[in-house]
Amino acid sequence: MYGYNGKYLRINLRTREVKVETLDLDIAKKFIGGRGLGTKFMMDEVDPKIDALSPENKLMVVTGPLTGTATPTGGRYMVVTKSPLTGTIASSNSGGFFGAELKFAGYDMVIFEEKSEEPVYINIVDDKVEFKNASHLWGKLVGETTDELQAVHGEKSKVLTIGPAGENLSKLAAIMNCKDRAAGRSGVGAVMGSKNLKALVVKGSNKVGIKDPDALKVVFKESVKKIRENGVSGEGLPTYGTAILVNILNENGAYPCNNFQTSYDENADEISGETMKDKYLVKKTACYRCPIACGRWCSVDGEEMPGPEYESLWSFGSDCGIHDLGEIIKANNWCNELGLDTISAGCTLAAAMELRQLDIVKAEEINGTPLEFGNAASVVEWTKKMAYRDGFGDKLAEGSYRLTEMYGRADLSMSVKKQELPAYDPRGIQGEGLQYATSNRGGCHVRGYLISPEILGLPEKLDRFELDGKAVWAKAFQDLTASIDSLGMCLFTSFALGAPDYAELVNAVCGTEHTEESIMEAGERIWNIEKMFNLESGIAPSEDKLPRRLLEEPIPEGPSKGWVHKLDQLLPEYYAVRGWSEIGIPTDERLNKLGLK
Amino acid sequence: MKVEVRLFATFREGRGKKIYVEMDQPTPIKLLESIGILEEDVAILLINGRDGKFDQEINDDDYLSVFPPVGGG
Repeated sequence: MYGYNGKYLRINLRTREVKVETLDLDIAKKFIGGRGLGTKFMMDEVDPKIDALSPENKLMVVTGPLTGTATPTGGRYMVVTKSPLTGTIASSNSGGFFGAELKFAGYDMVIFEEKSEEPVYINIVDDKVEFKNASHLWGKLVGETTDELQAVHGEKSKVLTIGPAGENLSKLAAIMNCKDRAAGRSGVGAVMGSKNLKALVVKGSNKVGIKDPDALKVVFKESVKKIRENGVSGEGLPTYGTAILVNILNENGAYPCNNFQTSYDENADEISGETMKDKYLVKKTACYRCPIACGRWCSVDGEEMPGPEYESLWSFGSDCGIHDLGEIIKANNWCNELGLDTISAGCTLAAAMELRQLDIVKAEEINGTPLEFGNAASVVEWTKKMAYRDGFGDKLAEGSYRLTEMYGRADLSMSVKKQELPAYDPRGIQGEGLQYATSNRGGCHVRGYLISPEILGLPEKLDRFELDGKAVWAKAFQDLTASIDSLGMCLFTSFALGAPDYAELVNAVCGTEHTEESIMEAGERIWNIEKMFNLESGIAPSEDKLPRRLLEEPIPEGPSKGWVHKLDQLLPEYYAVRGWSEIGIPTDERLNKLGLK
Repeated sequence: MKVEVRLFATFREGRGKKIYVEMDQPTPIKLLESIGILEEDVAILLINGRDGKFDQEINDDDYLSVFPPVGGG
């Protein structure tokens, strides 16, 4: 068996039955692994219409064929389920070391079914799989939960867990592993919480089979060389982490501030990657087998803590009008400990601040805790309230869409399909806006990172205001990303590697005969099955849209002043490029071509 | 003419965040050379926040933003 282990665990949390099932390798190769394979299983086994927080939903932890191999960054895994935030398919990617360990234990994935009557965690050591009572862990933070489980099961065990946010069914809850790596988006932590599943602990002693170790050595060397020689993955990310983007986006005037009320922040440098490196950075960290090492650790008030990434700096920073980097780093760390998605948490807070700014949320509702743009002192407190559903935090825990909808102002939620948008204003980056609107998991930058060509100039520089050709770029980036997410590698490798490189890597590991074309086609197949899941779950094609503000309110200042997003001009071409109907439904012809009928 | 050049990432080392360069008939390439930055080391050149060219004419009140290869997400 090469790349794949060829078997997976099916764990019924109600009956406590554990089955080891054989993976159909033909299906695995068609959908690669990770995101693709998980979605295929969701489509086959789960009615897309179910309530995401009901026992009928399934939670799948899925690795790729390259996870746990010597492939650079080959440690990624995906959490695939139905999202309680968006109602769409959810597939949240994470690094760290958990995914590789699951492979070493002998499994390609774990499928959790139904719901446990009491809090439990699952301990896996190779063939041994046991249910453990987790009542003593329920309510505990991610760090202490991880420490306690490693004290019992050994430091070499890898721990995947939820924090209080997941237990309290916050729709913004993440699933954490290795303490500070997150399968962050779409509320996957709430699904885990709804099943009374606190954690998954794994330790493995096997190696992943490699079809052609000599070929892998050659391809490995070539790919690492490309990653190291690339300015972004070889120098920019290692030196500054993702935080370097603060100034890049701000200088382009495509850096959302105060809940996207404007998109240029004259004080952005106070929370930039450069400032973080000068004043707060203490060390850098890397995930499994990663030559990039973009992870950061900072010191605030004498305490060292992980992070933050660009998205978190922005969501708790400029999107909330805040420029106190120390408080932002602390809020980010609290999100890790509580198990919250930093993007959605910060953006929901920003939407709440605008509701308060407009006096739609009244002073008496917030019980004395300031809720205003620029108030750094209250950010950590609101983050905790959000996770514990304390007072007004109960409404924040529902995410910005449901929050603003409660006040009749859903237009103030800067989200797509109810998931909060990340740190790039699409009014100033037209292709990225198309990508946001069509993303199968709602507002998201890592479904097709058009920032790369439109802002960073990789693989070539595109005019960020131009509309022509952007549909083709969006489809290509979305399809390639779906494949990378399914292989078990990090998306950051794509700054340096292309589809032919990924084909060579997977062929060396699995003995497959992938080509550039087949990698892209697998990505397209995955994109289409995700879309079908969403349509069957009741997400109308008309949900491929952007918030009204971004379509109607021009950016008021800065280098992108005067621009709105021109989605109506981009969508028809995008649907045509995808081979879908005019309203955005995959045609039988296209589904047949992709082997999905 | 005095032109504002905003520097980011490693370009700040030994230069600071911002330099004003005095020059007649400036172009980005001449401005950057005057502060020891070579064209091939620049990944992103913006003039007034818009994509710039190295030989582009610079007008009064224009400013440059220059980045080495950096990025992420």
